[in-house]
Amino acid sequence: MRLRLQAEPFALGAEAQAFAEAQAGAGAVVTFTGLVRDNAGQLSAMEIEHYPGMTEKAIGAMMDQAQARWALEDALVIHRHGRLLPGEAIMMVATAARHRAEAFAAAEFLMDYLKSRAPFWKKEFGADGAEWVAARDADEAALTRW
Amino acid sequence: MIEVLYFAWLRERIGLPRERVETAAATVADLVAELSAREDRYALAFADLASVRVALDQELSSFDAPLAGVREVAFFPPMTGG
Repeated sequence: MRLRLQAEPFALGAEAQAFAEAQAGAGAVVTFTGLVRDNAGQLSAMEIEHYPGMTEKAIGAMMDQAQARWALEDALVIHRHGRLLPGEAIMMVATAARHRAEAFAAAEFLMDYLKSRAPFWKKEFGADGAEWVAARDADEAALTRW
Repeated sequence: MIEVLYFAWLRERIGLPRERVETAAATVADLVAELSAREDRYALAFADLASVRVALDQELSSFDAPLAGVREVAFFPPMTGG
């Protein structure tokens, strides 16, 4: 179980490869990657702010919960902060379990919780200025299924 | 003394990332009322508490939570990670 918070880009392929190769008892690895979406070419950059200390605690607790609930062999979360450009990877989640159902469910759980319970805030910069991204009701509602 | 932190648009509206506050506030709501009475920029930032979240010592909490023993209070908008 590893968590990395970083300003620098990460290499998705290399991270996924290294994660999969480190697994001995797993039969399934699921990875998810979130990208900076360019809304119709209007976005020039995105800035991600976070709460150092609480971010690590909150995500660590989510990962512990996921590991216990789905008997994960391993999990990895990488989340960037600072200034990102359209198309860049914001974050990735990887989960490893004996079977795929557990790996998929745990990855979805971690994503749902990262969206609404990890202290990150996104600000979008475009031609018309900058705006903080509003939380979506659908993201909050997604937590009820867990 | 407690350390008060602000993030995202709360930080921008108040104009500070953090400050030390001398307070006798019993609850988070009391602290918000105290800060809002100080200056307009605080009142403006805390005008709509439905869009403000609070963490006490880095754990999500609520506005009616007591402040006794708390060292760090953080105010921020709903989170948008992932």
